[in-house]
Amino acid sequence: MNETIDSLRFRITKRFGTKTVLQDFALEVRGKQFITCLGPSGCGKSTALNIIAGLLPATDGEVWIDGGRIDHLPPEKRGFGMVFQNYALFPHMTVFANIAFGLQLQHRPAAEIRERVREMLDLVQLPGFEDRYPGQLSGGQQQRIAIARALILHPRLLLLDEPLSNLDAKLRIEMRAEIKHLHSNLGLTSIYVTHDQVEALSLSDWVVVMRDGILMQAGTPQDIHDQPRNLFVADFMGFRNFFPAEVATAGPEGEVEAAASGMRIRGKTRHSLAPGAAAVAAIRPDDVVVGAAASGPNVFRGKVDIVEYLGREHEVILTLESGARLWVHTQAHLTPGEFVPVVFPPERVIFLPSEGPGGIA
Amino acid sequence: MRLRRTGEPSELDLMAMACLAPSLLYVLVMFIYPFLYGIYLSLRPLKLPGFSLANYVAFFTDQYEYMTVSITFRLAVPNTIVVVACSLLLAYNMRRGIWLERTITTILVLPISLSVILLGQGILGFYGGRGWFNQLLVGLDLLEEPLVLTHNFIGVMISLFMQQFPFCFLMLLGYISGIDPSIENSARTLGANPWTVFRRVMLPLIAPGLAIAFALVFVMSFATFPSAMLLGQPSGATRTMAIAAYAQAFEQFDMSYASAIAVLMGLFQLAGLLVILLLRKRMVMAATMGVGKR
Repeated sequence: MNETIDSLRFRITKRFGTKTVLQDFALEVRGKQFITCLGPSGCGKSTALNIIAGLLPATDGEVWIDGGRIDHLPPEKRGFGMVFQNYALFPHMTVFANIAFGLQLQHRPAAEIRERVREMLDLVQLPGFEDRYPGQLSGGQQQRIAIARALILHPRLLLLDEPLSNLDAKLRIEMRAEIKHLHSNLGLTSIYVTHDQVEALSLSDWVVVMRDGILMQAGTPQDIHDQPRNLFVADFMGFRNFFPAEVATAGPEGEVEAAASGMRIRGKTRHSLAPGAAAVAAIRPDDVVVGAAASGPNVFRGKVDIVEYLGREHEVILTLESGARLWVHTQAHLTPGEFVPVVFPPERVIFLPSEGPGGIA
Repeated sequence: MRLRRTGEPSELDLMAMACLAPSLLYVLVMFIYPFLYGIYLSLRPLKLPGFSLANYVAFFTDQYEYMTVSITFRLAVPNTIVVVACSLLLAYNMRRGIWLERTITTILVLPISLSVILLGQGILGFYGGRGWFNQLLVGLDLLEEPLVLTHNFIGVMISLFMQQFPFCFLMLLGYISGIDPSIENSARTLGANPWTVFRRVMLPLIAPGLAIAFALVFVMSFATFPSAMLLGQPSGATRTMAIAAYAQAFEQFDMSYASAIAVLMGLFQLAGLLVILLLRKRMVMAATMGVGKR
């Protein structure tokens, strides 16, 4: 029933005064995909979404849909649906009037409008809410109405601007599942903006990580999670332990062995790192193994400094013999002051170039 | 939902009341008492013993006096509409900020800092028969004769506009720019063009602010005195109710009659406010009902 699109592609630059918010941000989206723009606040992701929606003019660039250029069209002519972080319901209209708004502008017959609004309310699981006002609804209910209001027009592209960030943690998880469900059931093409990597990973077919208006990495959630291309993406995706190192040997399959302030670390890389090059070894707190094999590669000793109970596991901060700090998630019960062996499984250590656009300032 | 309070007043309540007392006292002494005293005075005509409505009867039977009602309305209503409409147009278009916004706002608001008398003198000089405005138009051969813009109805309108526009504009700008831009943005993505957004979404949301603006400007215009004196014809075309009351009080020394005119002025202002409130209600209803499921 939806008017679907085959492709959306754009290349946009946006400057506010002298500040560049988006620099040649380019992407090609295939139909029925769920794309997420992920990045910290101020990275330009919302600006990009507003430009695609037509709510902001681009300083330079183009937006194409199925071979037609649309960046000169006003937002009301683009046929996109948009869901906003703060719901943006019309406070002076009932739920019915809010959802019916778009259809009424198209002068559809009243009976059809009534029927479709009812269907939409069923779809977002709020049947019978027609006569309420937005002010009488909870945040989650308001966001459902906002989604229904956008979906009733069968948009060829659904744009979601941090739709879950005003909701509490439990509701966020519920709504995340619902959005995913709606997206696949209705065969939508969606672009979703968020700063939450869990949302990005769980919802998307394709994730685009942005920083300061520049695309850092684009790939499948698994790609982004396991193989971050640079330090910024690694940091954003939860690699918490970084060890500046000098590459000693580099194998043909991407195996690397490097010296990092008294430690010899083995790991993998997707970059071409020559011996002698400066690199950074990175590992997630969850991937560090505590108190196992006494010999082999990547075995170090550390002193437990702080233990925080997280429920399923503990977050432990250790000081390694090299003086470096190490964050670890473990189920072992450790006491501050004790010395423990820690292992970095070589297949879990990635080496990244320490210089380049994704460097950590 | 607010919880209903029960039991004894707390210490906080007492403190709040203590803090409120000076202003309450002020309102009582400087407003309520003079107001009631005015009503009392108006019911005790100077030339008749005891209480009577003679002053009110006199007002409505003397054409020179009751004409002031229609004169005042004819000044206040168009002025209110022009001031609010101009302010709305400008403030709405400045709601997302514009280039040199501060400078422009400052220039627009500058007349507030001038007293009405000074402003009146300025208008007399600028728009008068030998003022710059007329000299320029005549000099450019756009006019044969200078326009008569002062000492008449137009002069009072110009003066009222200059005094009230800045207030009204600032108030509406604050009100409109406080509305979440994403509400407007969502209407656009749902297919509404800018005019539809204004009519169906923004106007109903602005309506409460608009009603306050209408009410304030109307009350201020209705009570106009210095502008009508300085720039109008205070004994003819622009003899407003305030001038009539002043004349009774300080030319005829009939405080009682003057009080009656002042009380009537208050009643007409109140009537004006009621009409504005009713219109506001209808405006909001019209915008929301049009899309309802009736």
